[in-house]
Amino acid sequence: MIVASLAFYLFAFMAVIGALNVIFQRNPVHSVLWLIFTFFNAAGLFVLLGAEFVAMILVVVYVGAVAVLFLFVVMMLDINIVVMREGFLRYMPIGALIGVVLLVELALVFGGWAISPEASGLRTTPIVAGVSNTQALGAVLYTKYAYLFQVSGVILLVAMIGAIVLTHRRRAGPRRQTIENQVNRSAADTLEIVKVQTGRGVSL
Amino acid sequence: MAEFVDGYLIPFAWILAKILAFVVVVLVSMAYLTYAERKIISAMQMRIGPNVVGPFGLLQPFADAVKLLTKETIVPTGSSPVVFFLAPMLTFSLAMIAWAVIPVSKGWVISDLNVGILYLFAVSSMGVYGIVMAGWASNSRYAFLGAMRSASQMVSYEVSMGFVMISVLLTAGSLNLTEIVEAQKGLWYFIPHFPMFIIFFTSVLAETNRHPFDLPEAESELVAGFMTEYSSMAFALFFLGEYANMIMMSGMISILFLGGWLPPFDIAPFNWLHPIVWFAIKVCFCLFVFIWVRATFPRYRYDQLMRLGWKVFLPFSLVWLVLTAGFLVYTGRVH
Repeated sequence: MIVASLAFYLFAFMAVIGALNVIFQRNPVHSVLWLIFTFFNAAGLFVLLGAEFVAMILVVVYVGAVAVLFLFVVMMLDINIVVMREGFLRYMPIGALIGVVLLVELALVFGGWAISPEASGLRTTPIVAGVSNTQALGAVLYTKYAYLFQVSGVILLVAMIGAIVLTHRRRAGPRRQTIENQVNRSAADTLEIVKVQTGRGVSL
Repeated sequence: MAEFVDGYLIPFAWILAKILAFVVVVLVSMAYLTYAERKIISAMQMRIGPNVVGPFGLLQPFADAVKLLTKETIVPTGSSPVVFFLAPMLTFSLAMIAWAVIPVSKGWVISDLNVGILYLFAVSSMGVYGIVMAGWASNSRYAFLGAMRSASQMVSYEVSMGFVMISVLLTAGSLNLTEIVEAQKGLWYFIPHFPMFIIFFTSVLAETNRHPFDLPEAESELVAGFMTEYSSMAFALFFLGEYANMIMMSGMISILFLGGWLPPFDIAPFNWLHPIVWFAIKVCFCLFVFIWVRATFPRYRYDQLMRLGWKVFLPFSLVWLVLTAGFLVYTGRVH
């Protein structure tokens, strides 16, 4: 058990260090790299909880895809972090308020379970023993919550289409490859066989 | 004290021994993969290839290693030194940690993870960071362009790779690599999933930045892409990481489609060989095809690469996934 708690403190400590560095780094690219480090430690914490499926999905989705695009954008844009820091004190109360609200919500949920253990019997989807968590998740996600699952998919689709519509511009200049034109080209419309008489030549 | 020794020390030493065994084998095969690549390509181009250092040039990889180690390490001006050296280390270690879940025979695996296939997918999707960090930290245009190309290429091909994996694991009914191999007894998945096998193989070529998709390091336009500014050991780590990735991906192809360590027929002459030998044969076969492809095909143009990934592979693998699921439900294998 001691190894598990040591690992927990390691991951938790590193996650906090990473999160602090995200805020305090001067270089925005370094900030994103620290953010990735934080995601990674959060995945480690999930593994310790026995939620290996969620941990792997966190790494695949956030580290492998979302953060890559983040890094892309931050590298391409010339962000001046000092200018961004100027409004720090003005926006701080709002930020602090959001943090407090989240903390209170978490405290309500976990505090409720801690004070009255019987409350966990009210869970709509109790944890089934003896099933791997991938199977358990799949069993409720595609049956009980199938509609919610589909709705979240549709929301993502709408966001994706919106982003494409907002940013897509068709420029007049570039010449594109049209595959069907190339495939449909036949010898008949491109080649002409000419019989050249000796000494006469042809005019084309 | 005895409890401590039995409970922690012995398992720890045992895991360490297993890791060491894997790492040594992978490192040696990496070294000889570079040799094999040069020899096979030279044979295909009717040349001799390396033949001076040792008998048949067999010591060539070690000569190369010594050469790279003794060269000067150059850090470009205006670069970000920590990220600059973190990048090759990351590439190399990611290529190595993927081996933690690859079973080379029944029970011969460091960690028999429940979600082994997802772990492999996660590790291979993180490979892009080494390249992006290298490109950015080098403070060079060639390196940066190479990194950008590689990042978009890897993100694009990962999507269809994911769908191919889902079709396979639906058929096997498990995310555990050992169980996926066991499920292929009698019928290796490259027969029912043949189109997916081809798509996966091609995506792996793109994911490992190999020919004909080696745009991130296209010599004719980008010098050496993201590796332009690297020299000495940092370059060697990138190079080795790339070859370790090739071996790891070949292992993944063998496990997902070629029945892992299973012999083709479970009858007399075939099952005399140890399962590990079968696994090694399959990995070598995949690696040979990697090299063969390099010697045969010209490089893709960038827009063609993107079109292939997004407009051909992605819709096709999505349709195949739906067909697979439909077939499995219809025949009552999944409910």
